[in-house]
Order: sequence, then C-alpha cells, then structure tokens
Amino acid sequence: MNKFSIKNMNLWYRDFQALHGINIEIPAHQITAFIGPSGCGKSTLIKSLNRMNDLVEGCRIEGEILLDGQDIYGGIDVNALRKRVGMVFQKPNPFPMSVYDNIAYGPRTHGIKSKFKLNEIVEKSLYDAAIWDELKDRLKKSALSLSGGQQQRLCIARALSVQPDVLLMDEPTSALDPISTAKIEELTIKLKKDYTIVIVTHNMQQAVRISDNTGFFLLGEMIEYSDTEKLFSIPKDKRTEDYITGRFG
Amino acid sequence: MWRIDEQLAELNDRLLDFGALVEQIITLAGQAIIEQDIALAQLVIDIESGVKQKEKGIEALCLKLLMQHQPVAKDLRVISAALKMITDIERIGDQSSDICEIMISMDGAPYITKLEYIAQMAAATTKMVTESIDAYVKKDLKLAKSVIKYDDIVDELFDKVKADLIEHIRSGKPNSEQAIDLLMIAKYFERIGDHARNVAKWVVFSIRGRKEKKPKAQENAEENQNQPQSEE
Amino acid sequence: MENLSLGLEAVEEIASLKISNRKIMGRKPMDFFLFAFTWLGIGITAAVLLFVVGYVLINGLPHIRPSLFAVQFTTENQSLFPALMGTLMILGLALVLAVPLGIFSAIFLVEYATRGSRFVKIVRLTTETLAGIPSIVYGLFGFIFFGVFLGWGLSLMSGAFTVSIMILPLIMRTTEESLKSVPDTYREGSFGLGAGRLRTVMRIVLPAATPGILAGIILTIGRIIGETAAIIFTLGNVARMPNHLFDTGRTLSAHMYALANEGTHPGEAHATAAVLLLVVILINALSSWIAKFVKS
Repeated sequence: MNKFSIKNMNLWYRDFQALHGINIEIPAHQITAFIGPSGCGKSTLIKSLNRMNDLVEGCRIEGEILLDGQDIYGGIDVNALRKRVGMVFQKPNPFPMSVYDNIAYGPRTHGIKSKFKLNEIVEKSLYDAAIWDELKDRLKKSALSLSGGQQQRLCIARALSVQPDVLLMDEPTSALDPISTAKIEELTIKLKKDYTIVIVTHNMQQAVRISDNTGFFLLGEMIEYSDTEKLFSIPKDKRTEDYITGRFG
Repeated sequence: MWRIDEQLAELNDRLLDFGALVEQIITLAGQAIIEQDIALAQLVIDIESGVKQKEKGIEALCLKLLMQHQPVAKDLRVISAALKMITDIERIGDQSSDICEIMISMDGAPYITKLEYIAQMAAATTKMVTESIDAYVKKDLKLAKSVIKYDDIVDELFDKVKADLIEHIRSGKPNSEQAIDLLMIAKYFERIGDHARNVAKWVVFSIRGRKEKKPKAQENAEENQNQPQSEE
Repeated sequence: MENLSLGLEAVEEIASLKISNRKIMGRKPMDFFLFAFTWLGIGITAAVLLFVVGYVLINGLPHIRPSLFAVQFTTENQSLFPALMGTLMILGLALVLAVPLGIFSAIFLVEYATRGSRFVKIVRLTTETLAGIPSIVYGLFGFIFFGVFLGWGLSLMSGAFTVSIMILPLIMRTTEESLKSVPDTYREGSFGLGAGRLRTVMRIVLPAATPGILAGIILTIGRIIGETAAIIFTLGNVARMPNHLFDTGRTLSAHMYALANEGTHPGEAHATAAVLLLVVILINALSSWIAKFVKS
C-alpha cells in the first residue's frame, strides 16, 4: 500500500524550476531514501511532503501529492497535515526549554492539557526514540545541554509525540558522530514498523543500510527509483552508476 | 583517473598475471601427461607452488578495495567476482599439479591405451581456462558464455574416457589398475573444466549483475536463491 | 603519502603559529602595533569612564543632604525629589506606550510581513530616519502637535508621548534584531509539529528573543532618563511634581540643566548629577536582574 503518491510534480522557486516532473509512490511502513548531489532537489521534495516549502517565498507547486489518496495541496489544513507528517531536521533543533517541555510542546499545541496524559506521552515518545533511559532523570534539564546525538533523538521523540503516520528525515545524521549515527539508524529501522519513513541522506552507505527503496535525483529530476538493493547492485542508469560508485563530476 | 580505477586496474593486471600462470601450468601438465615427461611434470609441480601465494595477494587487494571504497554496483561486482574467481583459478592450478603427481606415481609404465580422449580433454580445458581469463580481461560477455557452453564438451569427453576404461577392465586385459589412475586424471580434467566454467560465470556476473542461467532444473533452484555461488 | 605530507605541513604551520603567538613582541611589527593599539583603546575608554563617574560622584556626593529629597521644592532646599518623581513618571508612561507598540511592530515586520517586501523596506527606512533625528526636533514636534494642536499644553502626556515616539524606533530596531537572531530551525521545528504562526511566535520565538529585547529596553531607559531638550519643550521645566496626567513638571536632567544654567547652586547641580547616575545604575542593575530571571 502506498502512503504517498506523487504525480507529475513540478516545483519552482520564483523563476527557478527546482523539480521536474516527479512521479513516486512511497510505500507505507517502509524506509524510502532520497540520494543525490547537493542541490539536486531531494530536500526540496521531502519538504513538499509536509508543506514546509510553504514558508519559502515564491515557492510554487504543480501536480499532485496524495497522502492516503488525499491531495495535500488541495484545501487541507496545513497544521493537521504537519501533525500527520512529522519532520526531523538536518541540525538537531530542540527548543530552548526543558526536555519535558520540548516533548510536551507538540501535544499541548494540539490541545492536550491533562498533566497525566502529557506525562504518559513524554515517557512513551522518549521510550520509542530509545532515549528514555538516558533522559528519565533529566526531564527538567535544558534540552540544549544534551549532546548532539541525544538532541537529535530528542527531536525524533518530539516528532513522535504528536503520533504522526509519516516521519520525514532530512539528513538526520549529517551533523553527528558515527556512534550517534549508528544509534539513529538502528532506531529508524525499528520505527518503520509503526511509521512510514522518508529520509534524505548524503551518506550512500546509510541508504544501503537502512532503506527499502531508493530514489536518485540529479538536477531536479528523479533519475532512478527502485528497490535499494537493486539500485545499488545493478543501477539501470549510467548517471546513477557514476554517482553511487563515486565517479561523479 | 579516479583512485578506485587505478586500484581496479591493478587488480586486473594481477588477475591477468595469475591467470597466465595457471594457463601455463595446465598447458604444461597436459603436455607432460601425453608425452609421459616426468621431468616436465616435476616442473609443473614446482611452478604450482607459487600459485597459492599469488592468490593470497589478490585476495588481500580485494579486501583492501572493499574496505577503502565500500564499493557498490559494478565495482562491487567486479571485486566480488575477482574474489570468487581466484579460488577457482587456484583450484585449476592445484588439480593440474595433482594430475602430474598421479602421472609421476605411475613410474613411467607404458599407458594401457592410447590417450586419445584424455588428450582432447587436456586441450579443451586449456582452451576454456585461457578463454575464461580472456573474457574477464576484455569484459567479453559472448566469449564467457561460449566457455560455459564448452563445458558440456568436456563432460562428454569424460564419459567417453570412462566408457573406454570400463571396457578395458571388463575385457580382462593386464595392468587394469592403471585404468583407475587414468580415470582420476580424466576426472581432474573434468573438474578443471568445471572451475573454468565457474570463472566464466563470474565474468558474466561482473558484467551483467547476475550469473548465466544454468541448464539443468536442479541448478535452477540454486539460482533462485538469488545469490551467486560457485559450486565446488 | 600525499595526504601524510599535507598533514605534516599543517602541523608545522600550527606549530609556527603558536610560536609567533607566544613571542608577539618583536617578531612582526604589525602584530606589536595592533597589540599596543587594542590595549591603548581599552585603556583610554576605561580611563574616561572612570574619570566621568569619579568626577560626578566626588563633586556630587558631598552635597547630598536629606533636604534635597524634600517633597516640596523651595529656593532654599533646591529639592530634587519632584524632578526624580517626574523622571520616573515619564519613564513609566513612555515605556508603557512605546514598548508594546515597538515589540508588536517588530513581530509583524519579522514574523508576518513578507520578508524583503516593499512595505517592510519603507517601514524600516522610516524608523531608521526617525532614529537619526535630533531630540530637539521631537521636542518641537511634541510641543506643536500634543501641546498646541491637541491642547495638552506642557504636561506629562505631551512629554511621555513625545519621548515614546522618540524611543519607538530604538525598541523596534533592537526587537527586530533579536527576533531575527532566533534561529529559523526553531520556527521550522514548531511548524513541523503542526503549530500555527501565532503559537510559534508566542511560545518559541518570543521567549528565545526576550534577553535581546530586554537589552534593547535597558538601552532605551538610559535614553529616556537622559533626555532633556525634548522634555523641556513638552513636559516643561517647573519644579514640582505633576499631580495628574495633564500637569506640568520636570525631570532630573531638566532640573540639572536649570540649576546649572542659573549658576547659583553648583553643589546641588552636582548632587543631582550624582543621583541621576545612581538612578541609571540602579535601573540597569534591576533590568539585567530581571533579564537573567526571565532567561532561567
């Protein structure tokens, strides 16, 4: 079953066309990776999936992006969309407040006030993000005092706190050391049981390790999209081959 | 030129060198058998002692490439094919030297029969080894496929040798024990043919990303596991 | 091999940097001059500051007597108390008027208006121009508009409105800067959780920008307390406490100006200066304490 269906999508930043005729089906409960060189449009695409691009001046989209068959650019409440499609960013961005308040911010935004309920959500989210044991005694501490890897897992917990269907991850480990990276990769694989995950990564080995499907992007076009194992063993397109074998440019 | 390309070129050179050595060994072994030249057979055994070391060297290079570049796609296929191929090539050298050892153990006794089919097997397997290595170097898919096909001819020849020797034993002619030695020599050639076929299959894999379909149904099942394997 | 030699070069370079740092004197003349000038700069600044503060305190403190704080001003006691009250009233009123207006305008400009749009540019140009106008011009404007046109005369209201117009650009500017310095990643994080713009601004951006905004307010407090010209034109310079919003009065700085101008009470003038200085220090200390409290 497909979570997202993208059909003939074009995207412009003012006069610059950043994405050309994208067609992708993103299956539910799988990890889909987007790879490609910087500026190829992969981050732009992932940001279209929860309409974070709305925040960019002069951004215009054509075509359809369907989430469970519903057009996300057609009269849907954008805040409700972002509750369903959570996002983890390249740089860990915890809010300058306590660990607890960071996690509780999302549920509070969506109207949960009961202290008991909030406690439950905070614990569950941190537990699901595999960081409960590390942080359970530090809930009142500032989130900014955590290490980079902990901050990123806190951000994942924060994204999980509003119970989304989909988790978008925009280069989530590019600012982290190898051990934190490994922890997040392991966590990502664990999470796909309950969430559909879309990840943008510069680390091709990471795409190989964790993703089920991989799309390769170049200059705003999707060159190739297939099963990860297939794409990395017998790529169909010469450009994909050149890129993944490091003979690019 | 990319660094990985330089290293792959080195791998290619060393495989070629390795292949040439084994080619020489099997050619000489065939010659020694037919001419019953014990000195030549001894030379083959001596040369063969260097094969294992060359194999280890190439293996180390492959592992280094895997470690340094974490290759994918074609690079990964070329390197993993090389890693598997050298095992087969080493076996070819090993079995050639085994052939020579059997011949030496026969102690110069005249052959009980004319070595017509065994000579043909020696020629056929030598050709297969040469061509499989050529196919690797030239990335020649057609040549590799023809090598795979050619193995059937070697198998047929082996059946003929076997029938011949059985006939010889049944007829109660003297020196029947030599028939066992000759059968073993023939069997070694047949095995060499199989190894050459495996090399050719790895060549196909490195070019196309999957191995050539095997003719027999039972082997098709093996193919379905979707994992290239060499059969030993 | 190439990498290795590159690495060695880098190590050598770092080592040589360390050496040049340690032996700053004598190695390179430019280094020495820069070093000397920075120390000279800080030295002169500190000396001037110390001199001014010292001068004011030494000349002012001995003249401070209880009678200076008498509720009623008379020619004998030269009480600064009415002026002190006037200062605090103007300060309070002007802040109440200008701070919310300035902060909300800044929020609009940074968070709501299209970034870099024509409207934003015009507003920004206007505020910058306003910030550059001499205060006496504000005084004249306040006198004519509030005093004459609206008929408020010389009064607290005229003074407070004039001063608040004067400090509005400063508050807007500093608030804008501190809002802009809040990383966009915070906003993204909040939007990404499905929070709307209002909630994002109120719960995430404003708290993060508060220290900067408070620093801006502290700056404007100094500006208000020190203001003289515009005050004399709008509040007037009568030595008594204003009784209601439309009553006239004076501030400490205007009081000082009057005393110094008459030349008959130099001691009291100095004492007033000392009190003014202490008030400024006190208010600044109080605000930074509040800022620290808010931050934690």
